[in-house]
Amino acid sequence: MRKFLIEGLTHRPLTEPAPGPADPALEKLGLQVQSAQHQRLGRSLAIRMVDAGSCNGCELEIHALSNPFYDLERFGLRFVASPRHADVLLVTGPVTRNMVEALRRTHDAMPDPKWVVAAGDCAKDGGCFAGSYAIAGGVASVLAVDLHIPGCPPAPIELLKGLLVVLDSAARA
Amino acid sequence: MPETFQLIPIAAQALRSRPIEAQRVSRVPWSQAAHQLAEGRLTLLGLWASPSAVSMAVLDGAHHLGLLRVDARRGSFPSVGRLHPAAQRLERTIADLYGIIPEDAPDTRPWLDHGCWGLTHPMGETAPQPEAPGPYAFLPVEGESLHQVAVGPVHAGIIEPGHFRFTVQGETVVRLEQRLGYTHKGTASLMAGAPVARGAQLAGRSSGDSTVAYAWAFAQAVEAATATQVPDRALWLRALMAELERLANHLGDVGAICNDAAFGMMLAQCSVLRERVLRTCDLCFGHRMMRDRVVPGGVAQDVDTARVQALVDLVAEIRATLPSLVALYDKVASLQDRTVSTGTLTEALARRFGAGGFVGRAAGRNFDTRKHLPYAPYDQLQFRVPCRSEGDVNARIWQRIEEMEESLSLIAQILARLPSGPIAVPLTPPDASREGLGLVEGFRGDVLIWVALDNRGRIAHSHMRDPSWFQWPLLEAVIEGNIIADFPLCNKSFNCSYSGQDL
Repeated sequence: MRKFLIEGLTHRPLTEPAPGPADPALEKLGLQVQSAQHQRLGRSLAIRMVDAGSCNGCELEIHALSNPFYDLERFGLRFVASPRHADVLLVTGPVTRNMVEALRRTHDAMPDPKWVVAAGDCAKDGGCFAGSYAIAGGVASVLAVDLHIPGCPPAPIELLKGLLVVLDSAARA
Repeated sequence: MPETFQLIPIAAQALRSRPIEAQRVSRVPWSQAAHQLAEGRLTLLGLWASPSAVSMAVLDGAHHLGLLRVDARRGSFPSVGRLHPAAQRLERTIADLYGIIPEDAPDTRPWLDHGCWGLTHPMGETAPQPEAPGPYAFLPVEGESLHQVAVGPVHAGIIEPGHFRFTVQGETVVRLEQRLGYTHKGTASLMAGAPVARGAQLAGRSSGDSTVAYAWAFAQAVEAATATQVPDRALWLRALMAELERLANHLGDVGAICNDAAFGMMLAQCSVLRERVLRTCDLCFGHRMMRDRVVPGGVAQDVDTARVQALVDLVAEIRATLPSLVALYDKVASLQDRTVSTGTLTEALARRFGAGGFVGRAAGRNFDTRKHLPYAPYDQLQFRVPCRSEGDVNARIWQRIEEMEESLSLIAQILARLPSGPIAVPLTPPDASREGLGLVEGFRGDVLIWVALDNRGRIAHSHMRDPSWFQWPLLEAVIEGNIIADFPLCNKSFNCSYSGQDL
């Protein structure tokens, strides 16, 4: 273990610089979020993640946000275990009918102000699973969505960009 | 039809190169096969329905595969789960989706149907949902000073949804009962009538972490049904992707298991290596998880010499770093204290349920499709299948470590001997309705996909059986007698797929 600790002191971190200015589409979405009169949160957002029926691909990339390359927490973003502690609900997957109630209850348990971010192509409109008897639709069919991050699955850098847009909007509002 | 059951085995070579024909049996031999499953003479590989029949894939002691089919036009079939518990959840699924009833089944509760679809038997004779069902009847638990802990479907971490009902006495788990099905997407209904390309897209999204294995198994099934000969280079590139997928997932798992024992350093170190693998995959195949890169007929992406070199460098880097991580795991006594003798799976149970992957192999069931039902190019590559007997969390970690070493060796061999030539061919159009089976060793275990094509080459029916079907029930068994705080460790060391089993 000593070897790793010494390496940690003597090597530069792997963490990469923050992503540059968000692309125009994300910026536009950020402005929409901002216009919703959100309270200042001091550049800190607690995120509660809910898989509403994904294939688990999106979860793998959300996990990657915490690795040393992306290091989500340096931006004041962190994942929390309870919806009671959360500002943002990060939802993946086409919402299955079996998950509608659990998703709604998780959202209900969050205190205001709160934001909903839908991640992945399925979360937009059901993606390739749309039309099945078991699928309610995208996240917007159950909750009001503030930001959608596309991708199948979205790469960690895209997730990070999207979450930073929410953070900036929340701080500026 | 014969009245005494005799398995007609299908050779591994024939399995993937030409259409498969099911061995049609009447009710008596079907039940005799169920008895043989219960006696351990056969292993269950899959059990699924189509609108008029129920099919069962089995493996005999010499690793020969057989496909049995019994008529179900009367709406029922003799239960296999009555004799062989590994079949029970599959039979409950058949009843939910098709309305075909397993006769005398011991457990008639719904499995995937939570009463939320607005209809019943979506794949069979559909009817509107009569009324909201009552609460799910968990198995009764009786005894002094017991209490229950209900967890999920929304868990505390970044994880798929599922419900766990623990009954505990003090800290010790007396019983765990799982309730799954929350991520049921009705994939089979979307497959029915779809063109093959759409089927490949859906198969690759059954369980996101095994997207290469699923896409390959689906491609195998379709290629067998159409008797399409895939070019060598495509097969070798598929194996390259499959081993990269195994490597990335095992790296992630080893880190995550240690993290569940509060040893975060291992997660950080492993996640760095995992990220390097994913970035190299992105560079070489244009997608971090190589999704949609295996297609029926071949692969969608070739690699040039620069990319081959990037992969060679990746193997060198991981080979240089992995031993120090293994030593780190091996030398931290407080970590071993959590993993050794925790969540022990017995060999008898692993065999009874036909548990594949690291769950089975860490408990002495040495089965690996790449070796025992081989497919190209694995029949031309040198590798061993590690196997252990302890069956605890520690064994499942070591199993992954040794499998990673084999994968690194396989990747190096593939890169050194990659044949030249085309990477895809068009599928041969079928002349009639045909069936095919695909069986691929994913990182979690053997993925089985059955596809029936109609005479226009569209998917008539399909079934995808995730390895988790035969691993989830064993998690219920291994947690018994452990403290509830060790559940995350046990669960992560199994790392079963929710989405894969929920269909």
